[in-house]
Amino acid sequence: MYVAVKGGERAIDNAHAFLAEERRGDPAIAVLTVPQIREQLRLAVNRVMAEGSLYDPDLAALAIKQARGDLIEAVFLIRAYRTTLPRHGFSSPVETAQMHMTRRISATFKDAPGGQILGPTFDYTHRLLDFRLAADGDVPPAPTAPATQGPVPHITGFLNRDGLIETADRDDTPPPDLTREPIELPADRALRLQAITRGDEGFILSLAYSTQRGYGRTHAFVGELRIGMVEVEMDIPELGFAICIGEVELTECETVNQFKGSKTEPPQFTRGYGLTFGQTERKAIAMSLVDRALRWKELGEDFTGAPAQDEEFVLMHADNVQATGFLEHIKLPHYVDFQSELELIRKLRAEAAAASQKEAAE
Amino acid sequence: MPSSHPQDPDRKSWMSLLARAPADRLASLFPDPLPDHTLLRAPEIGSVMVQGRIGGTGAPFNLGEMTVTRCSLRLTDGTVGHAYVQGRDRTHALRAATMDALMQTDAAPALRPTLDTLAAEETARRTTRAAKAAATKVDFFTMVRGEDK
Repeated sequence: MYVAVKGGERAIDNAHAFLAEERRGDPAIAVLTVPQIREQLRLAVNRVMAEGSLYDPDLAALAIKQARGDLIEAVFLIRAYRTTLPRHGFSSPVETAQMHMTRRISATFKDAPGGQILGPTFDYTHRLLDFRLAADGDVPPAPTAPATQGPVPHITGFLNRDGLIETADRDDTPPPDLTREPIELPADRALRLQAITRGDEGFILSLAYSTQRGYGRTHAFVGELRIGMVEVEMDIPELGFAICIGEVELTECETVNQFKGSKTEPPQFTRGYGLTFGQTERKAIAMSLVDRALRWKELGEDFTGAPAQDEEFVLMHADNVQATGFLEHIKLPHYVDFQSELELIRKLRAEAAAASQKEAAE
Repeated sequence: MPSSHPQDPDRKSWMSLLARAPADRLASLFPDPLPDHTLLRAPEIGSVMVQGRIGGTGAPFNLGEMTVTRCSLRLTDGTVGHAYVQGRDRTHALRAATMDALMQTDAAPALRPTLDTLAAEETARRTTRAAKAAATKVDFFTMVRGEDK
């Protein structure tokens, strides 16, 4: 039973004022601007866009500022804002083969056509704190080299030629949308990918790591990882044709996995797929491993009881806004619930005491 | 599919360019005052669900949304312009819809240089990024191996 109580209004107002002051920090230090966050904390912005499931770098930067750098709180703010927006429609599926790439690597093919392009990566840095960053901000411009023109084909396409890897055949089935209909299990692969791409990076990372350690092992290699800008097209009802409505930065990962073959399929490589907003490669790689682990039934593999194979476990716990909402609500007033628990405990103790007295008397 | 047959491929190209153009750059190239018009749909901020394909080429899935502002208007001569532009800048959508309408009128030749400038600047931005990426391309070389006798 819920009992309405009033009170605490002044305390709440003052708490919010205190929060605002703490957010600002020492007024002697220059205030942080939203464009500074957008430009200089770009990977945080990317993570908030990916998990907030809304591509808008300025909004994500504002959310990070408002949330004092708490990225899950920032994701929550973005999700809440998103619900206020009318849906203008849905895009045509993006063509990642047409990506304007800033990074593209393959761990399986050294001489992949198009080459190995490292891009702005932390890989091969020494992970030593750079104290120069604490001092000055100027950096020399990055070197340039003549770029090859035109789209770079996907690496899995080269394996496909020999029939050594499963194909991803074109299909235009309209996908389910978990922002419109609650997730129903069993989920198809399209729904799983939507849930994973907006899922918590830490959770998806840990699940992917668990498969590497043997819990639902799929032995993945990164066939290709590419990062860059992709144009988004949408059919415009007023016009009767599609136009480009903008461009988004995406990270795409395709894994190549061992597969012994089944009753219907010959031994061949199989694939896991990851696609995420922004430069978010840890998430995209993890996504492709979890995607592959969840495909055990479709590929006729054994269910070993591994968490990463368990669709319900993965999909129902991946969303950090849902998770933190349910987790953190237990700190909010539960006075009445607790009062009833207290009465129950007292009653049980009284009964237990009475029973032991009676036993002693007998 | 209607999308494969735009009545005017040129129109598709300028609408797309205007959607991708930085809002402040468009404002400086095509400043106020805008020509007289009636708003058929005032600039409206909303979202578009972006889809990807499984494995890059397979069945579609919902990747996440992006912010998009749309606007429709009619010039005094009756020409209708539409815009769907990325982001939440209402003036961007208003300007793009106005440009779309004007590009269907006799004013088109005068506006061409503006579109050409936006296109050239976009190409320059892309080329610069591609050149920086190209500089990080790995040149492999094989070390002398000792085991072959």
